[in-house]
Amino acid sequence: MSASPLAALFSREIRVARRIGGGGTMGVIFFLILVTIVPFAIGPDLNLLSRIGPAILWIAALLATLLGLDRLFQADQEDGSLDLILTSDTPLELIVLVKCLAHWVVTGLPLVIAAPLFGLMLALDPQALWGVTLSLLAGTPALALLGAIGAALTVTLRRGGLLMAILILPLAIPVLIFGVSAAAASFSATTPFLPPFLILCALTLGTLAAAPFAVAAALRHMSE
Amino acid sequence: MTASPFTFPTFRLQAEKLALRRGSRLLVENLSFSLTNGQALVVTGANGTGKSTLLRGLAGFLPPVAGQAHLEDGAGARETIASHAHYVGHQEGSKPALTAHENLAFWRAMLALPGLTSDLTPEAALRQLGVPQVADLPVAYLSAGQKRRVGLARLLLAPRPVWILDEPLTALDAAGQTLLTELMKDHLKMGGMVIAATHAPLGIESLHLSLGEAT
Repeated sequence: MSASPLAALFSREIRVARRIGGGGTMGVIFFLILVTIVPFAIGPDLNLLSRIGPAILWIAALLATLLGLDRLFQADQEDGSLDLILTSDTPLELIVLVKCLAHWVVTGLPLVIAAPLFGLMLALDPQALWGVTLSLLAGTPALALLGAIGAALTVTLRRGGLLMAILILPLAIPVLIFGVSAAAASFSATTPFLPPFLILCALTLGTLAAAPFAVAAALRHMSE
Repeated sequence: MTASPFTFPTFRLQAEKLALRRGSRLLVENLSFSLTNGQALVVTGANGTGKSTLLRGLAGFLPPVAGQAHLEDGAGARETIASHAHYVGHQEGSKPALTAHENLAFWRAMLALPGLTSDLTPEAALRQLGVPQVADLPVAYLSAGQKRRVGLARLLLAPRPVWILDEPLTALDAAGQTLLTELMKDHLKMGGMVIAATHAPLGIESLHLSLGEAT
């Protein structure tokens, strides 16, 4: 009669995010602002812009991903839901995975969808637009999952957002490297697209397998 | 309308030489007790003597420094207390942005145990707690007492044999306190167990544990 726990959790997360607002739209607007600022800083050199465009989009996406992450578990900790979730029969690792998935759908996916649009502002050619979008689609889940580890470690800190960013940004470097190189390879005549892209996919799958355990361990420890 | 004919299977809650630490302070030491179906344990003690620590330890949030606490079913198999318990702490666990109905539907799905489902709807549970009018209001707009009642409604929606209640009377008015006493009595009659930390008398027949005589 009642819905499965994980489906109920997923729809609750999406509902909360939509009701409170912010989440997705804020992330996209922040993304847009970062992308807009860079040409002001480096000047109106179209060739330069289109060459470093993929990197700009990736760095902007990385920073935008961090935006709402500190609230991922903190909101649950503050209103007492985290304690109750811990008494659920469902394994905490799966709960974490579903929460991360919902968070990505609300904040990561809009960035991926907006990326080709914002790429136009950086004078990217169509080939590069596809490359960047595809690499963001493959890479942003890894960013969200890595971020969840930081969010779990700082769950009891009132001003944990900055600490979380400091903890997580170094870990995100491999994802950034292969994301940008896959995006750059998509419009280069000399380097193949597939090897960096597949390594990026592997990084995402690896984090998908490992991060839920790290997050769950951190949450159990922090709930003490 | 109140008590269903439903009863919980046989369980025995056992704490053996339990010791719990909060930070660097050892608050509970060498504590042993056991409860069976239909029994309640009321924990009293001055502020800071470890009532909440004990309840959080029993709910599985704090790993014990020594000893253990577990549930034993009729066949002698051991289960964790956490997965068979409702924990009611200082916060209700309701999302302010969601309506009371949405919150309760979520907790029913999340906390229901296989084989122990209730056919109560969130509306019926809210009616039983005397706040049927709040079902479609976001919890953020409710008063503290109403929030408390919405939080308590989940105890009825997802039947679990052990209720762990930390200061359950907080924010409830006189009628609400009587109501909670009735709910606890029904729960005990159905073969449930109640472990409550409190300063005010709860009005149920119970064993009594007083913390903090030492020091």
